[in-house]
Amino acid sequence: MPAHHDHESVYSGLLVNDAHWAFGTDFEDPLAGVDTTVPDGVDPAVLARYCLVLGDDALVLSHRLTEWCGRAPDLEEDIALANIALDLLGQARLLLARAAAADPSCVPALPEGSPVPAEDALAYFRADRDFGNVRLVEVPNGDFAETTARLLLFATWRLALFERLAGSRDAVLSAVAAKGRKELSYHRDFAGRWFLTLAQGTEESRRRVLDALGGLWPLWPELFRSHPVETAAAQAGVGVDPASVAAEVDAVLARVFAAADVPRPEAAPRVGGAGRDGAHTEALGRMLAEMQVVARAHPGGRW
Amino acid sequence: MTTAAEPRLAEHFEATIARHDRIEPRDWMPEAYRATLVRQIAQHAHSEVIGMQPEGDWLTRAPSLRRKAVLLAKVQDEAGHGLYLYSACETLGVTRRELTEKLLDGRQKYSSIFNYPTLSYADVGTIGWLVDGAAICNQVPLCRTSYGPYGRAMIRVCKEESFHQRQGFELLMTMMRGTDEQREMVQESVNRFWWPALMMFGPPDDASPNTARSMAWGIKRDTNDELRQRFVDMSVPQAEVLGVTLPDPELAWNEQRQAHDFGEPDWDEFWAVVNGDGPCNAQRIEHRRRAHDDGAWVRAAATAFAARQAEGGRGR
Repeated sequence: MPAHHDHESVYSGLLVNDAHWAFGTDFEDPLAGVDTTVPDGVDPAVLARYCLVLGDDALVLSHRLTEWCGRAPDLEEDIALANIALDLLGQARLLLARAAAADPSCVPALPEGSPVPAEDALAYFRADRDFGNVRLVEVPNGDFAETTARLLLFATWRLALFERLAGSRDAVLSAVAAKGRKELSYHRDFAGRWFLTLAQGTEESRRRVLDALGGLWPLWPELFRSHPVETAAAQAGVGVDPASVAAEVDAVLARVFAAADVPRPEAAPRVGGAGRDGAHTEALGRMLAEMQVVARAHPGGRW
Repeated sequence: MTTAAEPRLAEHFEATIARHDRIEPRDWMPEAYRATLVRQIAQHAHSEVIGMQPEGDWLTRAPSLRRKAVLLAKVQDEAGHGLYLYSACETLGVTRRELTEKLLDGRQKYSSIFNYPTLSYADVGTIGWLVDGAAICNQVPLCRTSYGPYGRAMIRVCKEESFHQRQGFELLMTMMRGTDEQREMVQESVNRFWWPALMMFGPPDDASPNTARSMAWGIKRDTNDELRQRFVDMSVPQAEVLGVTLPDPELAWNEQRQAHDFGEPDWDEFWAVVNGDGPCNAQRIEHRRRAHDDGAWVRAAATAFAARQAEGGRGR
């Protein structure tokens, strides 16, 4: 019998150099080697804030999806939800890093000599009121029907946004969007299939998915309300005005609802400010308290 | 059931084992061989799935976005390992559903290491380094195990586990270059996990009733004590590189044996944890049961939907 197959020597490789890993093992800077020059005529503060709010949407929903890990209805869904969470986390990292590179003044100040990178300073050392995500992504997960309905809404909206954002004058945003739209089309497909399955499954699953959709619907119009930062970014040719994707998103959802035999909810928009302005639900503060606890306990820590 | 053909089939089976060839799902095999494999592979699959919990508990508190991505990808891999292993087990004529029920009602076990709590972020690194390291020592020989589907699943599992071990070691190395507090966290975590990691190889050889038969069948390739020794010998130089102390005053190089001498794990603790009295046994099963029960309506919906699709019908 051959003494040493490749797969038997894995343990012995621990202390040798990293050369046999194709990309090394060091992925510290998500934008390493990328030209982050701000395009002519674009206000860096606008570009940074625009990247930040899109990054926050992804960061917060990624966190909520991560909460499913080890709790999903079956192993296949556990793996799929983790995949989606990882995609969104990847988008968030790039967008937060892009925001910091465009306008370093948006990054919270940390003690002198802190090794915390900018993306983490933004994720872990901002208060809830400084987060610009839409409220839809921050509300607690609820059951699998709620998670499915939220993901269907979010991915449908963000895919339409990213399709246009791929034409951004900012080369970094354009590249992030080009990569992201492939991911988002899978997210929409995953959520759409489950939405259909639940709506056409059992009486219980149909009741749950209708309740979930109805419960989320009041937060849905907020995603299409143009915030001044989005308007300015769109005018500068780097961003997309969310109002401009409303008709397309509506048409896609109408097809899913028709296939699932689900009526479009009628609920009125929820009052109470907008996440883009930092006006959030109670849930975000609690979520961030947990997310940020270790990082904040060690502002000089290396991870 | 005994048939006229059985002696000839048994001879063929023994000859295959003797040649170190693989037994495949459609080959004849003794019922006891099948039962041993189901027990071992199911226990392994359950360990992957239960093993998502201790580290998964830190996902929502991971202190950097990079670490969060690394940890989520890692825990996701464990779910994937659970899937390959349940699939390998299904080739022996059992279903994932039956195996899950046996896990939840305590008729099948999972690795006792997951009944220890994770109390700091350093535990994520220590679990990668020591727990995944010990798992690799146990599992690498299984790539050559006599049952084909299990051996092939293990090749993939081991490659991923080796990556997990590297990420654990790398996290600890990074933390050791950080603050004094972080270095203390690492040492404290290693102190808690060293002995339970040694217990992962199972009881001493003279107290391991199944070892001899499993070795004769080529299911197991090394004894518990041999594997434990190998693990200690590999871990000592790594601990030196890290700059941590392994919490065993008897640990010393033995020139004559060309191996490390080391102390005896607390086998009373080992048996207490195996028998259900570990720090987290009840919590781990309760978590799994809750996830399983909460997901029942979703699985029922998927089954109903698939049945309707198969009928070609639409609407509820």
